[in-house]
Amino acid sequence: MIKVEDVHKSFGSEKILKGITTEFDKGKTNLIIGQSGSGKTVLLKCLIGLFKPEKGKIFYGENAIQDMDDEQQRKLREEIGMLFQGGALFDSMTIEENVMFPLRMFTKQKKTDMVARVNEVLKRVNLENANDKYPAEISGGMQKRVSIARAIVNKPKFLFCDEPNSGLDPKTATLIDTLIQEITHEYNITTVVVTHDMNSVMEIGEKVVLLKDGKLVWQGTNQDIFKTDNEDATNFVYSSDLFKKIREVQLKEK
Amino acid sequence: MKYLEDIGSYFLMLKRVFGSFTKTSVLRHLIFKEINDLIIGSLGIVAFISFFVGGVVAIQTALNMTNPIIPDSLIGYATRQSVILEFSPTFISIIMAGKVGSFITSSIGSMRVTEQIDALEVMGINSLNYLVFPKIVALMFYPFVIVISMFLGVMGGWIAGVYGGFTSSAAFIAGVQEDFIPYQLFYAFFKTFVFAFILATVPSWQGFYMKGGALEVGKASTNSFVWTSVLIIAANYIITQLLLSS
Repeated sequence: MIKVEDVHKSFGSEKILKGITTEFDKGKTNLIIGQSGSGKTVLLKCLIGLFKPEKGKIFYGENAIQDMDDEQQRKLREEIGMLFQGGALFDSMTIEENVMFPLRMFTKQKKTDMVARVNEVLKRVNLENANDKYPAEISGGMQKRVSIARAIVNKPKFLFCDEPNSGLDPKTATLIDTLIQEITHEYNITTVVVTHDMNSVMEIGEKVVLLKDGKLVWQGTNQDIFKTDNEDATNFVYSSDLFKKIREVQLKEK
Repeated sequence: MKYLEDIGSYFLMLKRVFGSFTKTSVLRHLIFKEINDLIIGSLGIVAFISFFVGGVVAIQTALNMTNPIIPDSLIGYATRQSVILEFSPTFISIIMAGKVGSFITSSIGSMRVTEQIDALEVMGINSLNYLVFPKIVALMFYPFVIVISMFLGVMGGWIAGVYGGFTSSAAFIAGVQEDFIPYQLFYAFFKTFVFAFILATVPSWQGFYMKGGALEVGKASTNSFVWTSVLIIAANYIITQLLLSS
């Protein structure tokens, strides 16, 4: 479990996060949602330690990341898998080398064992026979799957995903969402996904945290968000034309 | 003020480069890759330029020797001095600032833009050690490039001088051997090491701390060339003043 306590973050005079307090549960896909500029990605980068909050603490289990020394933080990061918005695969490496990278860096396994594990996770993300290709030679959806494979290859305890289905067609986006949820349950890990995609909220939002202007304005499940009277949540959910029309139909039926 | 911040950030980067080290087996692989990209990959252009510039120096010297009492051996002597003292260490380094420096900045800058550096950091890897240290080690082999440049420069001068009909082979070789001061080689290689360090670290700094997208990668590459060249020229002046003036 990850616990966030009163986290504040600014860039210059601009306050991005204004006292976020929440928890991300183990074995669930936790979603951070909100409009562009609401502070979702900044919160994610604070969670993974790329940004240091000015105030507040982030607990991994019992220990606050701010109180850990460099060695403890390094150990913690070995337990973190991250799926970046653009995939962040290493251009100069093949798919196999990309996925094997965390194993090469942090384990003393034999090459044959590493290759076997790489093939296992590539099979898990439905991407076989692409080991020798380079990231530039595969599609965006495949790159995302490779990135997921790299994130889970070293059996992490925490998985973070930044806009995992941005730039993907709806079908591939659904596949990626489903894959993230399946992996979360299968490995029993704490997964945090940043998204502004309502389809993701509907499909995998076991816990949803809504940010607005750097503040947490609502949290609950994907079922709750459609029933809540919270104005900010309602405005966010029904901001798209499709959902507006569904809402109109629902109101008429009532 | 910005310049002071940049200088501070450059030295802080150097501190982090030599901080928490990447796994040795991975580092070894990266060093060999960088030697291939930065050193072996530069030999062709360095050889081409050195050979022809050496030839031009010899021809220019010969054409400017209008006084008949000046011996022909001066052509070899002038070629050797020009190539060893300045052309090979300094001007080849300026050319390398364009070739190798831009490559380093754009490759690290692209990694920054596409979040590959963030990916390394999230994994708990000291990204500066992983990316910059192998480049510094690889460029410590840069003096070998300069040795080749010196040899080909003098050879270019010899071919241009002899086959252009400006001097005899014996006179050119006598000139090359005349008044040879080994300390000047020490001076040339000392500054080559300093330039190699500048070539590895300044473009890395430009790429690592760049912000923005693809356009900014291009701008960072240009800045990298400008600042690496400026620092090489400034360091050249300071080293020459310190080591050669008595």
